[in-house]
Amino acid sequence: METDERPTAPAAGGATDAAGGAVGADVPVRALSTKLVGLGIALLVLLAGCALSLTVGSTSISLDVVWRALLHGSEDSFQQAVVIDDRLPRTVAALVAGLGLGVAGALIQAVTRNPLADPGILGVTAGSAFAVALGIALAGAVAPSTYLWLAFLGALVATVLVYTIGAVHRGSVSIARLTLAGVALAALLNGITSGLVLTNPRSFDALRAWQAGSLKTRGWEVIVPAAPWVVAGVVVALLLGRALNAVALGDDLASSLGANVFRTRVVAVLAITLLAGGATAIAGPITFIGLMVPHVARRISGPDQRWIIGFSVVLAPVLLLVADIVGRLLLPVGEIPAGIVTAVLGAPVLVVLARRYRVAAL
Amino acid sequence: MSASLDLPEAPASAERARKGAVRRTRTRAGVVSLVLLAACAVLAVVALGTGSLKMSPAEVIGYVRDIGGGYPRYVILHERLPRILTALVFGAALGISGAVFQSLTRNPLGSPDVIGFSTGAYTGALVVITVLGTGTSSSAISVGALVGGIGTALVVYALAWRGGVAGFRLVIVGIAVTAMLASVNSYLLLRAKLEVAVAAATWGAGSFSLLTWSDVLPALVLVGVLLPVVAVLSGPLRQLELGDDAARAHGVPVEPIRLSLIVTAVALTAAVTAVAGPIAFVALSAPQIAHRLCRSAGLPLVASALTGAFLMLLADFAAQHWFPQQLPAGVVTVVVGGVYLLWLLASEARKKAS
Repeated sequence: METDERPTAPAAGGATDAAGGAVGADVPVRALSTKLVGLGIALLVLLAGCALSLTVGSTSISLDVVWRALLHGSEDSFQQAVVIDDRLPRTVAALVAGLGLGVAGALIQAVTRNPLADPGILGVTAGSAFAVALGIALAGAVAPSTYLWLAFLGALVATVLVYTIGAVHRGSVSIARLTLAGVALAALLNGITSGLVLTNPRSFDALRAWQAGSLKTRGWEVIVPAAPWVVAGVVVALLLGRALNAVALGDDLASSLGANVFRTRVVAVLAITLLAGGATAIAGPITFIGLMVPHVARRISGPDQRWIIGFSVVLAPVLLLVADIVGRLLLPVGEIPAGIVTAVLGAPVLVVLARRYRVAAL
Repeated sequence: MSASLDLPEAPASAERARKGAVRRTRTRAGVVSLVLLAACAVLAVVALGTGSLKMSPAEVIGYVRDIGGGYPRYVILHERLPRILTALVFGAALGISGAVFQSLTRNPLGSPDVIGFSTGAYTGALVVITVLGTGTSSSAISVGALVGGIGTALVVYALAWRGGVAGFRLVIVGIAVTAMLASVNSYLLLRAKLEVAVAAATWGAGSFSLLTWSDVLPALVLVGVLLPVVAVLSGPLRQLELGDDAARAHGVPVEPIRLSLIVTAVALTAAVTAVAGPIAFVALSAPQIAHRLCRSAGLPLVASALTGAFLMLLADFAAQHWFPQQLPAGVVTVVVGGVYLLWLLASEARKKAS
């Protein structure tokens, strides 16, 4: 029945090896000094991004006014309000959400050895968004601090589900199958969400901005509870770096090097849950940050996961800040949510990656 | 089906056994198709009699045959029949479109909804509804959806082209383009007024409600024209299933045939999307279910069409009658189809592991 296999088999086993070979195969190993200089430059860019985010918008505010407003209050109460009540929370929101998504992306790519992985593409953020939408639809208006737990729950369930379906054999994972499982789960969850939304247009209106991945309406009441969890996730990710380096060699080699592959995976999934769930609670389902940033980080730092995660920590907030600022500037009235800007930036990256990696085995 | 034509030197007894197997498969496919046809007819009659004005199947048939049937006959022929017929024909169109795409990409996931044509059609329609401000005039939406769907197909095909189109690249490129268009869609919804946004989102969820004969007739005609084209192309399609090299050896001009098959299949999907909105996962699941029912080697086109028709009508029936509030049929198909797709992936994984 070989002919019977063909139309039903989404992925051949060969894809697993292609994935293992693909990640990090084409990146150089850098000297420590190069990496440190790179990290320093990235930090400066991040500072510049924060400054831009505080000054740019529908009303332009000069940097020294921003500085005074932050330190001891500006004379101009309008500018004071714009900086303190609007731009400061959304800048912090971009920092925290970007951090979560970027590091979650680096973790997912490392733990699945899949260069196309991203918390958005694999349905993790869709899981969070669905859980939040369900909470809103069933329990009415839910307080933002409750979002957070729903978002964590949704992210955890989605991650485990996609990983279980995507895993072929003893935890090894095929790029194609994992990607498709994620897309299928996201489509399914978005379908139910749209069913919920259609039967309750009023919650629809409250959800629209959040679902598009906007940083605009994020107040401290959701940033403050989410931030510690995201930071905890980052710490866990950095501590996991050495084990992830071993996992990158393949399960068998990693085990023979003394790494506990299973424990590494479980801890990574928990960290991904904290990072992606926290980010989604803050900014809504934002895709492609987690795809793009680790690839850029890998180009700068080389294949060491600890450095990839380290660079992602700095670069991901930069990307989300830039997306947010661009979204503010593109329209004369109103603004484009950051999630839309990141998707428009990130989708071409996915196309390029799909064209580059020769994973024709599907 | 024609997979073993490559083996002319097979011993006579094996040849007889093979022919017997082929005949059995064909007979099975025929029986399955007849059963599916009957199931569609029964469900259609039940659906014709269901609603605020209830009728038994016998009554339905009686009113249809009686020219002086009065109000019940009007309800059946002018209110319920357009919707039911549309669901059947569109389901069939999606089933065929999906079978063609899945055969071409050699991948059960290479169906037009996964690759993103439906999302592109939605984008086209949203541009018409929210930007051009023509309201919900159906002909303008149809044109927008057709342009969006076919444009997306061309873009995805061009981006996935690298000296030919491999299945995996097509799917991933489709996912990327879908993500981009989905963003554009939510942006368009976001900048629209709430009423416009809700109307557009209802259309965007894929619905057969409120369709009259004048809405659906152009699409039905288009599907009717395209079906013979698919029938003509089905022979070369079977050759393509053997692989590009084998098809070339049999004298099939591979890329022109592939492109015309893609254009036909996209046109089928776009015609459906233009009228009913994006209906996810019927094109994905119908060919796979038909394939399992018929136990055929390739994806059977006729059985796929009939399975699609049955699924579509069932989904619309469920969406209309089984929930406290009428839902768009697309919401039902996306949930059922999504579960089916995950099950498909999981069962493949189990097969690989054992």
